[in-house]
Parts: sequence; C-alpha cells; structure tokens
Amino acid sequence: MANFTLTINGRQQQVEATEDMPLLWVIRDLLDMKGTKFGCGQALCGACTVLLGDTAVRSCSLPVSQVGEQAVTTIEGLSENGDHPLQKAWIEHIVPQCGYCQTGQIMNAAALLKSNPTPSENEIEQAMAGNLCRCGTYNRIKEAILTASK
Amino acid sequence: MMPSFPFLKNKSVENTSKIFIPSRRDFLKIGSLAGGGLLLGISFQCTSKEQTQTFAPNVYLSITSDNTVTIIAHRSEMGQGIRTSLPMIVADEMGADWSQVKIVQGEGDEAKYGNQNTDGSFSVRMFYEPMRKAGATARQLLITAAAQEWAVDASTCTAENSIITHAESGKTLTFGELASAAQQLPLPDQDTLELKDFSAYKLVGKDTPIIDLKDFVTGRAIFGADVNLPGMKTAVIQRTPVVGATLTSYKDAGALAVPGVLKVVKINGSGNPPGLTKPLEGLAVIADHTWAAIKGREALDITWELGDNATYDSKAQLESMKQSTLEEGKIRREKGDFNQAKQDAALVIERTYEAPFYAHGTIEPPAAIAQFIDGKMEIWAPTQHPQWARDSVAEACGLSADNVRVNVTLLGGGFGRKSKPDYVVEAALLAQETGMPIRVQWTREDDLHHDFFHSHSIQHIRATIDADKNLTGWNQHTVFPAIGATSDANELHPSDGELGLGCIDFPYEVPHIRIETHESKAHTRIGWMRSVSNIQHAFATCSMMDEIAEAIGKDPVQFSLDMLADDKKLDFAGEIKGDFGNYGESLEDFPWETARLKNVIQRVAQESGWGKSLPTDRAMGFAVHKSFLTYVACVVELARDSSGKITIPVVHYAVDCGIAVNTDRVRSQFEGGAIFGTSIATTSAITLKDGKVEQNNFDSYQLIRMPQSPKKIHVHIIESSIKPTGVGEPPVPPLAPALANAYYKLTGKRVYALPFSL
Repeated sequence: MANFTLTINGRQQQVEATEDMPLLWVIRDLLDMKGTKFGCGQALCGACTVLLGDTAVRSCSLPVSQVGEQAVTTIEGLSENGDHPLQKAWIEHIVPQCGYCQTGQIMNAAALLKSNPTPSENEIEQAMAGNLCRCGTYNRIKEAILTASK
Repeated sequence: MMPSFPFLKNKSVENTSKIFIPSRRDFLKIGSLAGGGLLLGISFQCTSKEQTQTFAPNVYLSITSDNTVTIIAHRSEMGQGIRTSLPMIVADEMGADWSQVKIVQGEGDEAKYGNQNTDGSFSVRMFYEPMRKAGATARQLLITAAAQEWAVDASTCTAENSIITHAESGKTLTFGELASAAQQLPLPDQDTLELKDFSAYKLVGKDTPIIDLKDFVTGRAIFGADVNLPGMKTAVIQRTPVVGATLTSYKDAGALAVPGVLKVVKINGSGNPPGLTKPLEGLAVIADHTWAAIKGREALDITWELGDNATYDSKAQLESMKQSTLEEGKIRREKGDFNQAKQDAALVIERTYEAPFYAHGTIEPPAAIAQFIDGKMEIWAPTQHPQWARDSVAEACGLSADNVRVNVTLLGGGFGRKSKPDYVVEAALLAQETGMPIRVQWTREDDLHHDFFHSHSIQHIRATIDADKNLTGWNQHTVFPAIGATSDANELHPSDGELGLGCIDFPYEVPHIRIETHESKAHTRIGWMRSVSNIQHAFATCSMMDEIAEAIGKDPVQFSLDMLADDKKLDFAGEIKGDFGNYGESLEDFPWETARLKNVIQRVAQESGWGKSLPTDRAMGFAVHKSFLTYVACVVELARDSSGKITIPVVHYAVDCGIAVNTDRVRSQFEGGAIFGTSIATTSAITLKDGKVEQNNFDSYQLIRMPQSPKKIHVHIIESSIKPTGVGEPPVPPLAPALANAYYKLTGKRVYALPFSL
C-alpha cells in the first residue's frame, strides 16, 4: 500500500492504495464518485473514460501509480452545472437510452474536441470507435458532437 | 414458481386495473402530503385477489399543495424510456404541467403494482389504458373540486398546465390548491370516465425528452453498482467454469493474503439443470473494495468436479443438430400435404440456416447490493423483474417475501439478461451469511462466461415451386436448446411459446405448410435476449423468401405482398398443434392482420426508393417480420468502396405499433435495434468447448462500434390511433436477413450462417 496525491476535478485528493489499483476503482470505490463506469476492465469498451490532462484514458487500465501529477477530470468535473457544450448537445439530441456508457462517451468526445475542435463525421467515428454502446446511440452521439463543435 | 418467459402475460391487466382513493391512514403515511393533497392508488391485479384499501400505500399518483404531481414508475428503466412514457400518459390525460411532474421509482411488490416484469415489449401495451384512466380520474376529481368551489357546472371547466380554468369567469385554481378538496370527493364512476381523444394529447404521440436526461449526461444517474451503503463490502465470485460443476476443494490462503480481502465464502450452486433463478456454484471473495476482491479471486486455488457438461462442444452440437433437421421431426404446424407438394414440384429449394449463441453484453455487467438486518433483507439492483428477484431471494434465504424489499435502480442495459435474478440472489446469500452489506460485482469475463445465452440454432427449410412458378410448399425444421431446458432437462423441443416467435406464425398464403422441431439438449444456461427466437426464425424465413423470389423471377418486396394475398385476419386455426401464444393476447384484442404487414412493406419500399437503379457498388436488401404484435419492414442498403470495404450507409424501417406514445423513443428503439441487429448479423458469437465459453471480453465477443454502424437509420412510423404495442424488440429480427439479402445483391454470395463478416 502507498499514499497517492491525485488532482481530480481541480481538487487534491489523498488516497491509500496498492500501486496496481486502476484509477477507476480509486475514483469509484475510494472516492465514491460514481459517474465513471465499469464496463470491461480491459480498455475495450470506454465506459470508464476520464481525462488525464487533455487526453482521454481508460481508467480501468491505468494504475493509480502512473497518474502522477497530471490532472484528472471525470464527468463530475466536466462542467459546473452540466452545461458543457457536449452535455447541452447530448440533451438537445436526446442521445442516451439506458445512459450507462454515456459519461464515458461524453468524456471521450470532450478529449476529441480539445484536440480537434471541428471534427468531420469520419474523424468522429474513428475517435469514438473505442466506446461501445449496446443500446446503439452512435448516430445521435455523432450528431451531438457535430452540434457541439459548431 | 412459473418460469417467467418474456412473451407470457397471463391475464389482461386492462380489465382488472382499479383506481381507488387510499384510506386516511395510508394518506397520512405519505410524509410529503402532511400539508394536504390528493392521493390516488391504482391496483393492477393480475389475479382475482380483492384489492383492499388498508394495506401499505398503493400509491400511483399524488398531488401536493406546491402543485407537484408525483407519479410512481413501476416498470424498470433500461433504455427504452418507460420511466418517461407511462407517466407521460397519466400527465397528459390529467392536463398536468409536465415540468412539474416528479417520477419516483416503485420497489418490487406485486401486491402494490401488479406485474412488474419488464420484458416482452409489453409495458406500453399493457398499461396504456390504465394510465389514461388514472389521469382522467385525477382530472375529473380536480375539476369537480373547482366547480364546487366556484358553484359552476363542471363541464364548463378545463384542466391544462396543472391549472383548472373556468373560461367564462376567468377564474383559475392550481392542481395544488385543489388537491385537498379533491381528496374528499367520491371516486368518479370508472365505466363512464371520459378519456381524451388521441388528437387532444400534447405529450402522447409526440417527441418527449426522457426525464433522466440531465442525470445521464452529468453522471448523477444511479445504476446498480452506484448504490453505496455505510460499511458495504464488495464480492467478486469465481463461478464454476462449466455449468453444473461442483467445487470439491479449495485453498484460500493466497486470496486472504491480498490486502483488503476479508473473507472467502462458498456459494452452493444448483447443479444440473441450473435453473433460471439460482446462482452457479462458486467461491466469493469479499473485500473492502472491488480491486482487492478481483486480485483475491485471482489468488484462489480451486478444484472442480466438472460434471456432465465438461465434454460439451457447441460446434459439434450444431453439426448433430444440422443432421437431425434432415430427418422427420415432431410436427408443430400442418396445413395441406407437404409431401404431395414436394412430389408435384418442378423445383425444390433446400437450405440450412445457422445462428450462434449470443450473450447480452449489457455494458453494465450484473451487480447487486444486499443488506440483511434483523431478519429483513433489503436489495438494490438493476433488475427487469423485481418481483421474481424478491421471491427468488426469499426462497434462497429462507425468508418470507414480506421480509425482502427490492429497490430498483436504473439498468445499464437489460435485453433480457437482467430478468434473471441469479446475481441478486448471490448478493442476498452473502449478506445473510456475513451480516455485512454486500455488493456483488460481476466482471465482463463473468458476464460473458455465465450469461443465460440466446440459444444457438439450426433451421432447414424446403420450399417447393410448381411449373407455374408458384410457391406451393413450405417445410421448416427448427431446432435449438430451449429456454425451458435451463430448468427442466426433459425439455428437448422448442416450446410452443418459442415457436410462436416468428416460426409457427409464418404468415404467407402457401397451400402446403409443415413445421417440425427436433430434439436438442442444453449444456449451458439458455435465456432470452431481445426478440428471442424471432432472431433465428426471421433470419431463416426472410432469407429463404428472398431466395425463392429470385428463383421464380420476382422482386422480393412484390413477392412478399403477393404471398400475403388478400387482406385478412390470420388465426392458423386447426393448423398449429400446440398453443398459439400471440404474445399473451387474444386474437380478438390483437388480431394478426395481413393488411398492416402489407402496409409497412409498401411504406418501407416507398421511403427507401426500393426498385430504383443503383450503381454496382450499392445494393439493397429487404425483410419483413412481425413480432411482439408490432409490424416491421426493413430495407438495408450496402455500399462497397474502391478498396472493397463494405459499409451500411442507410437503414429504413417502417413500423406499425399502433399509437406511438413517445415518438422519439420509438425512433430511438429502432435506431438501437438496427445496431443491435448489426452486431448479431456480423460480429457476435459465443462458442463453448470442453463445456467452457471461449470468449472472455469485448475483444473476442465483438459488438458493433461506431465506424461499422449503419450511418443513417430512418424510422417511418405509421400514424395510428389504435391501441399501442411495444417497440423494444421488434426492430431486431428483420435487420439480419435484410442485411444478408443486401449482401447477396452486392456480392452474389448468399448468407446461411450468422455472424458473417461484411
């Protein structure tokens, strides 16, 4: 066990964990923030996506010991009042069905827009390919990202 | 306990629902009503049990003085939007301001809410009328209260935006201001209740955003694993690798040495057959948090007695099933004399169709939370069937159902998986054994290894064509391990219910029809997945119809229309050997109408531009399939680029589901159904070898991702004012055959086995 100081959503948090504990379980179990979801544990579905700096990472496969001083942003920290352009676009297009994968989808889309503010449809498809949605909301996700990027 | 198949619905709820004003005692139990208000109960008794008005509040609808209308959502939300659609009907009928409506999820309790089994696409079908009546009752009570206050005739008052208005005098009172007075009035006569005309609705029949939208996009929505109790521990379970295996010995020292691991507890399994409600044999590692439980599980050393299924090979079973379909089977429907048709035929087409096991792959893996205090069990779980979970927990833990409470969280996908309560029972057993609040967390590997799979299947179809190019005979052999075999090893044939899903109800006017089934055994847990055996039946039937159309030189759309012949109501009388389920509804209430099927065919052909000339790198395929009483036709278009890569630029659906309650959620179900269907058709398959599932995670069990998904999905809803039917499952069955038929047009290769790569 070791102590780690993490910067999550602009706040410093102290946690005690084994070095190999994935960031996902630190966030969910130790810090009780439930917006980041568990889907596969192998970085195959994207439900656990958070931002490390400006980059989307799969928190289920990122050991806490590798986070270091980089800022972590979860869905809870994406915006003050749920009014990030992506969140507004998601509401406009009524994207979610069951809703479970959607926080990961939004965080992944947020990273995309940081690196590419006006992505093409094809660029969106490639960037979002790592995020599974079993309900099948892909087309509305695509439309929402296009709306948010305008 | 009756196995709860999705397509079974014992009695019509519509006729037995009852609205009542709860007793004063019940009224006072609702804390929020301390300042006065209106409280209405509805009982949805599916049994003849008399509703009493004195037990725990059977509340459906309440209005408080602050003008908030609270409606209980008693069905499970798993993406279909039911937490929005049913309350919407109540609110619209009563004239409530939707922005002041609060939705509260009801716990699992049959005595209070009637059937809560959220499955089989029947929530809207079952509850449309009762919801309207509840809303109309509340409206009438409020209007009467206002009319008495103003000493005017009730018929001169109107209800809108949660306000009662007397137009002549311009007087207004809010629902909240009238609620206490309304509570004192006698209940209006239910038989003469005036319901709004469909055209008067402001929410029903329109696009209405789902109520959980903001919570979904901010991460505040609470799914199964998100519930946190003080002192709660996490359990991860090593379950038997082969269904029916038993644990003979184990060493847990390695697991207990992992920091954070507290205990290792054995769960006794059900053996063989595994059953639909019981956990598999396993060893649970209980830890302070999930990661310690996962690491602890890795360190377990278990010896299994693998049992009878250890030699099971699903590929070998498919081969033997294939052979069996060439023999004579058990006749399940017979019309005319197929043998004669075969003898007289100018051409016989014989084809075999194969489909694999599928896993549900809900992105939220099963999880459940249980707390056992003073002999009472409380559960929080993402369950489609809270009452079944409650009864199963009670049975497994030796408790009366009164001492088990099941709170329903949001479901991160269901598709039939979360009807089965095995994971809920696991949590309850562990909570009872340890005295600790326990969260059972399944990993993705657990989910794919221990699902209740959609059965793999073989179908062999013989079609006879006479010298005049008429389809004269249809002989369909279908074989797949039945859902019933999960509970009863003697269930060797598909049940009547499973055949009623798109096989026995073959709707085309063919003079000689024989449908036969063959025996097969279940060696893993079989369950139901979104649209159930309609998946394989539609794939085979619609593929074969396309091939026959080609053989006789007809356009497949025209051929389907021709074969449906005159408008009529089908009853298959005298032909079907067992029961024709009609999804639990009578043919009087929900007739099988060929005109409605023809209508969706024509609509999809028109909207998709069916028949127009396409460049050589484009092709369209067609399929039509009625399921869950909803009529659906589908056209899939494929495109091939210069590198040879095939994509799906567009899918068109035409759907007749009667009244489309929330048009946006009807469309979203079809959009999602097209994508679900594309996974079934092109990427997903579960196989077993040595009794063990060979796929571990989403790398080997593949679901469609955004780049492979259909680019545009157009949903054409037939405008209708007749009673609604469900839309959760009906989009799925026709997608795979429409895609396969398009693939043939594009490549010249027929598809006989799912999944096939584009």
